[in-house]
Parts: sequence; structure tokens; C-alpha cells
Amino acid sequence: MRNSVVGLAMLAGVALAPVLVASPTVAQEMVKLGYIDPLSGGGASVGEIGLKHFQFLAEELNAAGGLAGKKVEIVPFDNKTNPQESVVQAQKAIDQGIRLLTQGNGSSNAAAISEFVTKYNDRNPGKEAIYFNYAAIDPILTNDKCSYWHFRWDASTDIKMAALSNFMKDRPNIKKVYLINQDYSFGQGMRKVSNEMIKAKRPDIQIVGDELHPLLKITDFAPYIAKIKASGADSVVTGNWGQDIALLLKAAADAGLQVDWYTYYAGGAGGPTAIKQTGLSHRVFDVTEGNANDAPEAAQKFETAFRARYGGVTVWYPRAVNQMRMVAKAAKDAGSVEPKAIAAKLEDMRFPLFDGGEGWMRKDDHQLFQPMYIRSFGPLDAGKKFDEEGTGWGWKVQGTVKAEDTIVPTTCKMERPK
Amino acid sequence: MLELITFSTLNGVLYGMLLFMMASGLTLIFSMMGVLNFAHASFYMIGAYFGFEISRRIGFWPGFIVAPLLVGAIGALVERYGLRRVHKYGHVAELLFTFGLAFIIEELVQMFWGKLPVDYRVPPSLDFVAFRLFDTTYPAYRMFMLATAVAMFVFLFLVLKRTRVGLIIQAALTHPSMVAMLGHDVPRVFMAVFGVGAALAGLAGVIAGPALVTQPSMAALLGPILFVVIVVGGLGSLAGAFVASLLIGLVQTFAVAINASLADVIGPSADIFGDLGRVTVAQIAPVIPYLLLVLVLVFRPTGLLGNRES
Repeated sequence: MRNSVVGLAMLAGVALAPVLVASPTVAQEMVKLGYIDPLSGGGASVGEIGLKHFQFLAEELNAAGGLAGKKVEIVPFDNKTNPQESVVQAQKAIDQGIRLLTQGNGSSNAAAISEFVTKYNDRNPGKEAIYFNYAAIDPILTNDKCSYWHFRWDASTDIKMAALSNFMKDRPNIKKVYLINQDYSFGQGMRKVSNEMIKAKRPDIQIVGDELHPLLKITDFAPYIAKIKASGADSVVTGNWGQDIALLLKAAADAGLQVDWYTYYAGGAGGPTAIKQTGLSHRVFDVTEGNANDAPEAAQKFETAFRARYGGVTVWYPRAVNQMRMVAKAAKDAGSVEPKAIAAKLEDMRFPLFDGGEGWMRKDDHQLFQPMYIRSFGPLDAGKKFDEEGTGWGWKVQGTVKAEDTIVPTTCKMERPK
Repeated sequence: MLELITFSTLNGVLYGMLLFMMASGLTLIFSMMGVLNFAHASFYMIGAYFGFEISRRIGFWPGFIVAPLLVGAIGALVERYGLRRVHKYGHVAELLFTFGLAFIIEELVQMFWGKLPVDYRVPPSLDFVAFRLFDTTYPAYRMFMLATAVAMFVFLFLVLKRTRVGLIIQAALTHPSMVAMLGHDVPRVFMAVFGVGAALAGLAGVIAGPALVTQPSMAALLGPILFVVIVVGGLGSLAGAFVASLLIGLVQTFAVAINASLADVIGPSADIFGDLGRVTVAQIAPVIPYLLLVLVLVFRPTGLLGNRES
């Protein structure tokens, strides 16, 4: 049986030979990237859209020659927003021979994968795996729990909060702030930095509420909104993502809560629709690494093509674009898709970013530093192209933080391979 | 403060009534057939998805009527061609059957509608502000949910207490074999109760879908709370299910509003509990129903209003 298969393959090879000469891409080897993120449950709404980003980016890379000449294929794994499941899925990916991994949603999952990959690499020298983190932003991942095999393209919580609190500092109408976050590693970290930074920069601001709620389990935020209302807060600061931000805003709209929102992820699925419903024009802010409406032409083209392809879905993750392009450059420079070679080239890389400016992958902790933007959501200005979720409202940049101003110290002491 | 209490009460009662719409069917089915129907919350989910599908094609109101009927029919079929066949192998087989069914339904829903939440909207005719109190608005749709749940409760109560069918069902609750001896077609009563129970869960899904989130995990999120409700209320007791639903709805909503921790109550000596001493009531709100479950089972195994010792 095996002989006949080989024979057939050889026959096919002979038959295809002229074609091969004509288009070398057919004969290209594959390199697989394991995408480990929630594809079911409360985190699925963001996980599915993240997957689309990577599939789109893989096509872009493949059209331009792939990763060091190899075609990229994205293989999705559902981690159900659960750290144990993330490790199971990472193991599954590695068992299939996939040694490039990426994940973004949930810092608890990220920590589990980072630790797993590091241990795996210790035990399997020569067969290392590498973990590209595009969105898990707990500072611990590039500090106490940093790893040589983990690279992060998203700004960590402290960087984002530094940017956001600098912006809040100059807004005198903020007097009473309510904090609401998800009860897990990232949410707790978020609560800590927002408390510290707001108190340091604006001691006059009163923190009237400091809430933690279960992660991705609440379907009705009305009780929390009643509490925010009762606290007399004029502003809410939240790191909620996925359905936790969309439903929070939806409940706020239902109750007619009139406050300013300082968020990390209000742009996620369902968020823009809910903001429009609240009628809070330019009173909901987020902090991110790019804005389609003010992006360079190439990025706007990318945005248009992406939206056309996926029925209006927005490019949420300019960082994923930066990630894949930087990985491609590293692979090209190294002439290899070996994780070890890619990691060596990524360290200290400087790269022109998707949304303009230059990114720098710091060698000490593998954190990318990049310009950050504070945006607000409201009716589109004339001449701006991109609204969100068909609302007619779009994001507008209100403040920019230069990459060099986002640099924070690190306590990372990583073990480097010999 | 008054504002917080008012709205917490409203939200709590609403959540409680929604729980009751599902718990009523579940507790009736359990007491009659001795089966804890693990797939009950799945009927709630099917109801929401059917409601979504119909409202997207024809409108919300046809969906409001048709979707629960469809779900009820599916429930009756499940009983007739599934549970009844498994019945002769005993309760464990029935339990496992419903357990498997819940997973199958979740997978089917994901196959048809995908894993992402669907855009099930509040109908325009109910999309306005019902009233404004202390500067907080309350959506009309929530009032509608509340009204539906109350109407359903009254209907169920009248059927059970005032009709002949209700008489047979009540008899079957406590003395199933005696009812059969008297010549009633108990399997058909079972099928009807199962169907109506599923339809009620479906109705809850239709009205909860737009207000909460219509997604494949909605059954799994709600299922465990339902069991708490029927155990706390007393298995088979409709009044008990009603009281327990409201109790859990209110407890969960009010717990969210309470910021006190053990340390606030007993002072620094709470440090002997470590971090637990500083956790606020709001943070442990999701656990409270299960705590209640354990306490009820320890101190009053029959539940608040239950009297059956099975």
C-alpha cells in the first residue's frame, strides 16, 4: 500500500514538474502557527476575530513569500479562556509539530503558556517552541515571570495606565472615579496600577468604588451599574474586555448612566453599538496602538481590505500586524523558521510600525515599545472613513504618547539559551 | 442609598422571576419522573435562538408566541422518543441521557448559529424608557420581562390549583403510582409536563435573549443556578421554587451592592483568615447561591417548602 502511494506521488511529481518550474510556490514547505485563544464561551467573540486577523496576515505574508520562504498556515486551538486548557492545547500543538505559538486573550492563560513553553524548551533542546503574545498585558509576563521564549507586542497594563492617567490628569472634570475590573490576574493588576497612578497624578480625585467581578460570566451588569450610580462617580475606569465591556456599557445605556469611561478595550465586539446607545459622544475613551481614521495610507488600505473581507469587522489588533511582520523579518534575516533563530533576531529589533512610528523590542524583557494613542468615540468627523459596527460613529485620536515616553523599568532576569 | 435599594430590588425580582420560569418546569419534571433534567437550561437556550431566528425573519411578536411552542414540541418529542425508552433502565440512565442531550444541543446550536453571540435585539415597540426614578432610567423591556414572568406564574398557578389537569399533576407529584392505578395515562401526563416545562424554559429564553446575551454558553452559565433553586425551594414544590427563585435573585443582586468584608465587621482579628478576611461580599456574590445550597442540604434537606423525602 505504502509503495503504491509513493509511486503515485512520484507519478504526480513527474506530471506536476512543468507546473513546479512555472510557479515555485506550489512546492513551498509549510510552517504552522498555533493560535491558542478562546473560540467558545464568553471570550469567543474576541477570539474568533483575533483568528481572522492572523488568517488575513498569513495570506499577506504568503503573497510576499511567506516566512523565510515557507508558507504560513494558522492552526486554531480553543483554550476556552482557561489556563489549564491553554497548556493542554499548547501541548497538542507541539505534538503536531507546531513550534510557533501565539495567544493573546487572558493574562492567566498567557502566564500558563509562557511557563509551559519555557519548561518544554529546557527539556527539549534543539526542538524549542516560541510564544508570541499579541494581547495579554499583565506586567508580570515581562517582569518577575519573564521568559526568553515569550515576546509581547501589546503595551503592558502599566504602560497603558501611564498613558491613560496622564491624559486624565489634565481633565479637571474628573472628581470621583469608579474602578471596575475582572477578577483574575490582569484585572487585579489593573486595579492596582490604576489606584496607584491616579492617586499619584491627581491626589484630589476620590476613588469611590473599586470593584472586581467574575471573568466573562456575568450576563447582566444592571446591579453593578446601580452601584456605580449610587456611588456618585463621574468617571469609570475599566480594563474589561470581550463581553464584559460590551455588556457593562449596554447595562449603562439601559440605566441612562451619564459618566465618562476610561477603558482599555471599549472598541471590542458590541462595545461601539452600546456606546452609541448610551449617546455618550466622545465621552468613552480607550488606549491603543493605532487608529484607522488617522493611520498612514498603507494601514488604511489594509483596514479597508480587512473590513471588506470579513463583513465589516474592524482591525482591532494593529499589534498582531506588527507581530507577524516582525516575525517575518526575523525569519528572513535568520534565513530560518527555527524558534531559536527567530528569537535571536527579534531581540532589540527596531521596526517601522503599521500605524506609523518605530517599534523597539527591548532585549531585557521582550516587551515592544511603541507610540500609544488615546481615542474617544463619537460621530465621525467629515472626511473620516471608518465607523464601527455600522453605528456611523468612529474613533478619534485625542492624545498621543511617544514610544520613548512609554518605557518603563523591568525586573526581568531571563535565562538565555547557551 | 434608597436608589440603590430600589433598583437592586427591581433587578433582583426580575432575575428571580426569570429563574422561576425555568425552575418551575424543572421542579415539576423532577418530582414527577424522579429525573434531574440536565438539559433543561438547554431548552432555555433553544428558546432564545428560535426567538432570534423568528424575530429576524418575521418579527419579535410571532417569535414570542411560536418559539416557546416549538421548544415545547421538541421537549415532548424528547420525552416520548428519548426519555421514555431510557426509562426502563432506571434513573441513572435517564440522568445520563439528559446530560448527554445538553452537550448535543450546545454543539448543534454552535453548528447552526456559530460560537459568537447573535444580535438578538429588543423589539422597537418595547425599546423605550419605562420610567425614570432618582435620575436612573429603567427600560420598558425589563418591565415587559417582569410582566411576562408574573403572568406565567399566575397561569401556572391557576392550571395547577383550579383545573382537573392540575389535580392529576398534583396527585402524580406525591403519589405517582396511585395515579396510574386510578387509570390515568401517566406517561402522557409525563410527556405533557415535560413539554410544558420545556416550553416555559423556551419562553424564558425568548424574553431573556435580547436583554442578556444569546450565545452557546448561556445554558451552561444558568444550569447550575437552576439546580440550586429547586433544591433550596424543595424538590417538587412549586411555591418553594418561587420563593427560592426570588430569594436567590435578590441575594445575588444585593450581594453585589455590599462592599463590606469580614475585616470591616470583626476588625483586625479577621487577619487570621488571611486574604479571605478582606474579600468583600460583592466579590463572593457568585458563590453565595451555592453556599446556600450546602446550608439548606445540611440543615433542611427537604428544602424550604419541600415535604417529599425522596
